[in-house]
Amino acid sequence: MGTAAHSEPGLAVAGLAVARGGLTILRGLDFRVGPGEALILTGPNGVGKTSLLRTLAGLQPPAAGTVSPAPDRLAYAGHADAVKATLTVAENLAFWARVHGGAGGEVGDALAALGLGDLAARPAQSLSAGQRRRLGLARLLLTGRRLWLLDEPTVSLDAASVALFAALLGRHLAGGGAAALASHIDLGLTGAARLDLSPFRALAPLPAVAGAGGFDEAFL
Amino acid sequence: MLALLSRDLRLAVRAGGGFGLSLAFFLILTVLVPFGVGPDPARLQAIAPGILWVGALLASLLSLDRMFQLDWEDGTLDALATAPVPMEGVVAMKAAAHWLTTGLPLTLAAPVLGVLLNLSGPGRGWLALSLLVGTPALSLIGAFGAGLTVGLKRGGLILSLLVLPLYVPTLIFGAEAARRGAEGLAAGPVLLLAGAITLACLAALPYAAAAAIRVNLR
Repeated sequence: MGTAAHSEPGLAVAGLAVARGGLTILRGLDFRVGPGEALILTGPNGVGKTSLLRTLAGLQPPAAGTVSPAPDRLAYAGHADAVKATLTVAENLAFWARVHGGAGGEVGDALAALGLGDLAARPAQSLSAGQRRRLGLARLLLTGRRLWLLDEPTVSLDAASVALFAALLGRHLAGGGAAALASHIDLGLTGAARLDLSPFRALAPLPAVAGAGGFDEAFL
Repeated sequence: MLALLSRDLRLAVRAGGGFGLSLAFFLILTVLVPFGVGPDPARLQAIAPGILWVGALLASLLSLDRMFQLDWEDGTLDALATAPVPMEGVVAMKAAAHWLTTGLPLTLAAPVLGVLLNLSGPGRGWLALSLLVGTPALSLIGAFGAGLTVGLKRGGLILSLLVLPLYVPTLIFGAEAARRGAEGLAAGPVLLLAGAITLACLAALPYAAAAAIRVNLR
């Protein structure tokens, strides 16, 4: 996977339409994220940022259009952290390292990169929300993949941790990686493109009460 | 792949993992039966294979709803779906972990509990053998049911309704093999049929369960 990553053209999306609960919610998306670039997805709550990222990650099929590369080149970090409460921090990461074909030696680096070194032997259930979030983000480093899809990566992080993560993301981009992220706060990424999803809405905005309930039901 | 198996086994034996719950349920059920049907040794001996098989079946049902639900809730299933492991392999490993923490302990405990129901010596051997052959099918069918219901709120109840009818062939042939063995009849052919069901489940259900999970992740 590491050798293929260098020739990777980055993320390319053409004519993409995204569905949620059987309804098309975004259509006509065309964008590219080249190596070293980041794309920040913005838009009001419910516009379809998470659905778009899940579609890019291959967790749901596109309603129309194409996404390249194939999902096995992308690393997705969603709202949930994929952390097992009864395993220790190090055990959680060692599991993901093995799933992604690593030997386990990179776990120490990932722990250090997110400032979790002192917590390695702690059970994950004793972590704070922000520490848990950092553990979830550390998984990205173990995937060995160059294209990151991040859904609100900075939720529950304190200012120092946001800076830590922004620096990490900056190093990832400088190393030829790429990222598409949904985020409401400014990570200070220089040269990051922004894409407002509102103009790509496929549906007229629904009445607030019925619309919100219906969408959430369909999504859950 | 083996990482998934060892992680699931580790989670099962940690606090709150539910390991031992099925076994305790099996024990209590077996102890309760003589209270319900009376202490007549001949009657107990006659119903022992059936009771122990139904007990093992219900006990293995207990931990099914956690098989994918917990991983779905904490995002692990999303991450596994994007990881370089096939979902079919994930299902097979989950079913294997379920069998190692449920079916295998039940198989080992059943001959001992057979004593409580006055099961004869050869009968206990055949019971263990029939459970060894039949319980993997219970875990695999359960994995399919759990895959279908992952993401449903309170999916455990509908899971039971889905899975229990599918357990019927395994129950018929497994219990029949144990009964024939206990009564000194030829149990081999029936046991082979139970094994055939297990192998068919092993061949088909990981694909069906993986397809169901992919749909449920959308």
